[in-house]
Amino acid sequence: MSDAEFNFAYLDEQTKRMIRRSILKAVAIPGYQVPFASREMPLPYGWGTGGLQVTCALVGPDDVLKVIDQGADDTTNAVNIRRFIARTTGVQTTTHTTKATLIQTRHRIPETPLKAGQIMVFQVPQPEPMFRLEPRETERRRMHAMADYGLMQVRLYEDIARHGHVATTYDYPVMVEDRYLMSPSPIPKFDVPKLDQSPALMLFGAGREKRIHALPPYTRVEPLDFDDYPFERQRWESACALCGSRESFLDEMIMDDAGTRQFVCSDTDWCGAR
Amino acid sequence: MTETDPPLMRATGLTVRYGDRYGCQDVSLTLWPGEVLAVVGESGSGKTTLLRVLAGRLTPEAGTLYYRDAAHQEHDVFALPDAARRRLERTEWAYVHQNPRDGLRMAVSAGANAGERLMANGVRHWGAIRASTRQWMERVELETTRIDESPATFSGGMQQRLQIARNLISGPRLALLDEPTSALDVSVQARLLDLLRGLTRSLGLATVIVTHDLAVARLLAQRMMVMKDGKVVETGLTDQVLDDPQHPYTQLLVASVPQG
Amino acid sequence: MSHAIHHADAPVLEVLGLGKSYQLHLQGGVVIEVLRDISLRLNAGQCMAITGPSGAGKSTLLRCLVGNARADSGHIWLSTINGRVDIANANERTLLRARRELIGWVSQFLRAIPRVSTIDIVAEPLLAEGVPAEEARHRAEVLLARLNLPTRLWNLPPATFSGGEQQRVNLARGLICPRPLLLLDEPTASLDLENRDRVITLIQAAKVAGSAVIGIFHDPVVRDAVADHCLEVSPLVSL
Repeated sequence: MSDAEFNFAYLDEQTKRMIRRSILKAVAIPGYQVPFASREMPLPYGWGTGGLQVTCALVGPDDVLKVIDQGADDTTNAVNIRRFIARTTGVQTTTHTTKATLIQTRHRIPETPLKAGQIMVFQVPQPEPMFRLEPRETERRRMHAMADYGLMQVRLYEDIARHGHVATTYDYPVMVEDRYLMSPSPIPKFDVPKLDQSPALMLFGAGREKRIHALPPYTRVEPLDFDDYPFERQRWESACALCGSRESFLDEMIMDDAGTRQFVCSDTDWCGAR
Repeated sequence: MTETDPPLMRATGLTVRYGDRYGCQDVSLTLWPGEVLAVVGESGSGKTTLLRVLAGRLTPEAGTLYYRDAAHQEHDVFALPDAARRRLERTEWAYVHQNPRDGLRMAVSAGANAGERLMANGVRHWGAIRASTRQWMERVELETTRIDESPATFSGGMQQRLQIARNLISGPRLALLDEPTSALDVSVQARLLDLLRGLTRSLGLATVIVTHDLAVARLLAQRMMVMKDGKVVETGLTDQVLDDPQHPYTQLLVASVPQG
Repeated sequence: MSHAIHHADAPVLEVLGLGKSYQLHLQGGVVIEVLRDISLRLNAGQCMAITGPSGAGKSTLLRCLVGNARADSGHIWLSTINGRVDIANANERTLLRARRELIGWVSQFLRAIPRVSTIDIVAEPLLAEGVPAEEARHRAEVLLARLNLPTRLWNLPPATFSGGEQQRVNLARGLICPRPLLLLDEPTASLDLENRDRVITLIQAAKVAGSAVIGIFHDPVVRDAVADHCLEVSPLVSL
């Protein structure tokens, strides 16, 4: 089949409507996991099919698309997904956060603050924050229904008992509007504060698990912690080797066989613009 | 405490059926704050079924159950919304399983097990939770040095103590114990019974203890109910029932116990 | 908090038409009538000895008075200035309360909670009344000393004691709180003469303090020293 014979954004219109309805439900109940009829995509599960379906359901001819993977626009996955959407829609793409209307991401939120009108789509492997703590799904559902989240607090307690601090550095559990416990997807702890009261719409798609959840703009998002062990942002001792930033999330790069290390910004757009 | 104090729990005509068989049939009882009631019978007598109904975990096909909470409000237990019942389960009620593994999270440390109710009830100070759990571990005679170990490494007796601590840390008013010592070695049982006796008295816990062991009933309970085939055949003060049994089955039970 | 004991001559205990039978279901349901139409009155400060041959029902009568044996007929009125209670027909909670506040009971054999020390067993009735722990313990020690129980035994559980030692623990627990009614079942059966005499002194002191005492005394010396009245219980011929 040639590119022209695919429907706009690959999905048929009925599927897009189904996904949009699920998105609306998710937006109406911030943090709540809405089941949806996840479709087969030309990606295997675990490679971003959920995020891709959300993006494809929303993208319109006037959108400007940015796709990042671990903060970078130029990794294989980011490139492939961006190309796939471009081929099936013909929309404009960009690497600049400021120019994008729709941003699909795996594992990072850009350093550049988002604006009202922008939509972030997150790729989520496991939307259920208590997946490992409580094996019974019926019990997990009840816990969400009753806002009975003591178990998650227990997990944090264990971390502090064992390591002296909460050891979770990514996929850090958050409370949304004091009601639902949510997994923010495997973004680093560093990015969690960006979710709170963001002007942008945040959408989370899990293809294999068939769930969508959402944070409408200006939603209260608080990471779980203890009064005497409050949530702390990650810090690095050095600045970015390329742009000198001390405020961004840094990746550690091994430069040569001698093991020389360098820290550089994970957000390639942010780094390049400085 | 006077005879006119309102009861903590009132059960009337509780009936549970499994097909044609009765789990328990037309069982009524009243429990006042601070008293211990033993429900005694052999396997299949319906005593565990009754306990599960009293805990709100099994809905009877007939009968009513009322519980008076700490705010002196009486509730129809089976008309309570799920959320309200779950709240009672982690605050005012204690349920101790015969097998401690059924009442513990084996994948989580002893301290986390003991402290979970506090966390579930909104306590957010790690240091305070830690201090409380240590205190309770001491109270049930567990070494606090093992606070961070998994209960899978504990002996049966220690696991049972941990289960008790986990339940009592929220200051419950009602304790339901399902053969709490039956799974333990005899010497370990003795220590645990002493602990239970001390705790029920010092905490003023209204307790229903299910047991097949008359000695346990004599040791812990002021009142006793004997069950057979789902029915209550005799009730009274523990010493009355054991020393002056009226019903043929009770006489059989009492006679079957070797006098030590 | 204690229940004021009556002035002398006010009836503390009034038993009317007490009847008790045992139906032995394990022996074909045979009914053995042990007590029939027993009546008695006892004032504060007085002691009644229950006499009669072995097996006649003396212990059963005593156990009815404390509510341990369930009367089939009749009434057992126990009166104080706060009112009266019918032990034979009281509901469970009322009976528990009456035992706790109105009756001192010294059974023939000590049946104590295992692994509890002697001093704690004896102090327990005081603690139940709200007496502070220090004082309760001290009073328990004084009483055990009066009963000549060696101090080395005080912190041990009585399970391994001799019969006489156990009996003295039993007595101490039953006597430590003055009660309107005191029931004694063979209180000196295992004691030597010296200890027997100490017990006589204690019973007399209880009477002076206003307790009504009912006891089974196998030893005529004890009976003569403490009892003001006797009640003979004869064996019944089965109907």
